[in-house]
Amino acid sequence: MTLHQMPAEDAKPAYNYAYLDEQTKRMIRRALLKAVAVPGYQVPFGSREMPLARGWGTGGIQITAAIIGPADTLKVIDQGADDTTNAVSIRKFFERTANARTSEATEEATIIQTRHRIPEAPLKPGQVMVYQVPMPEPLRRLEPREAETRKMHAWAEYGLMQVKLYEDIARYGEITKTYDYPVLVNDRYVMAPSPIPKFDNPKMHMSPSLQLFGAGREKRIYALPPYTSVKSLDFEDHPFRIQSWSQPCGLCGAADSYLDEVVIDDRGGRMFVCSDSHYCETRRAQGHRGTMLGDAAASGLVQPSSPHPEEAAGAAVSKDDPVVSGASTSILRDAPDGAPQDEGSREQRM
Amino acid sequence: MTAQDMISPGFSDPVFQSQAAFRALLAALSEPGTGQRVAAEIAPPEGLASATATALLTLADYETPVWLPAALRDGAAGAWLRFHCGATLVDDPAEAAFAVIDGAADAPKLSAFNPGTDQFPDRSTTVIVQVAGLEGGAAFTLSGPGVPGNRRIAPQGLRPGFTAELRENGALYPLGVDVVLTHGDGLIGLPRSTRIGEAR
Ligand SMILES: [Zn+2]
Repeated sequence: MTLHQMPAEDAKPAYNYAYLDEQTKRMIRRALLKAVAVPGYQVPFGSREMPLARGWGTGGIQITAAIIGPADTLKVIDQGADDTTNAVSIRKFFERTANARTSEATEEATIIQTRHRIPEAPLKPGQVMVYQVPMPEPLRRLEPREAETRKMHAWAEYGLMQVKLYEDIARYGEITKTYDYPVLVNDRYVMAPSPIPKFDNPKMHMSPSLQLFGAGREKRIYALPPYTSVKSLDFEDHPFRIQSWSQPCGLCGAADSYLDEVVIDDRGGRMFVCSDSHYCETRRAQGHRGTMLGDAAASGLVQPSSPHPEEAAGAAVSKDDPVVSGASTSILRDAPDGAPQDEGSREQRM
Repeated sequence: MTAQDMISPGFSDPVFQSQAAFRALLAALSEPGTGQRVAAEIAPPEGLASATATALLTLADYETPVWLPAALRDGAAGAWLRFHCGATLVDDPAEAAFAVIDGAADAPKLSAFNPGTDQFPDRSTTVIVQVAGLEGGAAFTLSGPGVPGNRRIAPQGLRPGFTAELRENGALYPLGVDVVLTHGDGLIGLPRSTRIGEAR
């Protein structure tokens, strides 16, 4: 799992600053300006090949490459963690091609490139979120033809989406979609928020930070300016609800964060921990202790006393992305006992 | 005098100057009404504000037709744009991806430019409106995406009825042109999503 086509570190760079040529950056920048002018509308753009394997978030990478400059500090997260293969590779890509300053601290970052999560720490004015989007079209599962979905957006014909969501309620008693839960932006466009858990949807509404979305394969860019209305689709008799858990984070005791279930030993022991690794580490460094922290430390999963646990190799709970690295033994995504009912499998019925 | 003598330099460091200028434009259009500065120290051709010239150097190229008033198109500004951006200068405002107008001039109206189509509202003109000042004129309020609550701006030297034009443009939403007011090295974004309040 390495970047290919990358020159040796001491070789003279054969590419432009941040990899992309200036003509490509201009094209992406023009698309970004139209995207912020029409929040939630998907702007077509001429996506370029990037020196990364498919599925690595080339849409997000192209946006970051088009906006990043010497004044920026870049944070990259995947599954909420900074230390996954994917996040580390993207960070290294920008360290190498743009001499980028990087950080795992949410509050230090000016650009946060993400897949799957919005950080738990509140975002600030001036920060830019860049989302890697695999499927930008929220209507695609209902209507496979691009020409048709484009008309549906053009005329704000979202009845089919409402019908589909209501069928879910009729059949399962609730809307079953837990990731990439569709939102209505600025009371006009229905938008795919990317595969974040619906837990994160409320963070998008009136966020003080600028949010940019890039889909490389599908060649779409869209955006949410700061302070933009973002409503999760719902019904009066079935209001939108986020996931909740019956227990707090086992390591830091947080009761307000999105939790993953992890295996902690080979006897099937499990615990719930913050998906946002930086948030969890920050809380532990502040002295917050979860009920499982002692056990986790004893079994070598975490080093609670370290002020920089991420620097201790192998110390942090492994968060390798199962999608990229194949079967992961440390993260279970199936709904276990004690987990919220809708924090289920990644299979979406919609 | 040759054409080269007429043409002042563009960016001395295109990669970083255009990156910084783009972030100012991105901030301007994502937070309408906020004053932004382009730090690129360029000598713009006669008739273009430094912010106007910097925005065009950053965004325009052979893919983006540009509309200029005749006096600018036929003078140093037109030659400068062709030389540095490779942009085609068009006569029809409706064909322009970018346009520069004088905020005090009677014509062309914002409605003369391309508002995009219902299926491709991104194909609209971005209209750079050069004004006599970004502050100190008649105030009006802004609201909508990018604006927490209300924001008040008071640009100087806009023709009578310009706020009404902005309102008519906003009524086309999600179609419509996106406006950037420029003066000196400062700029203010007024995308089509911005709602224009009463003048006061
Ligand atoms: Zn935690």
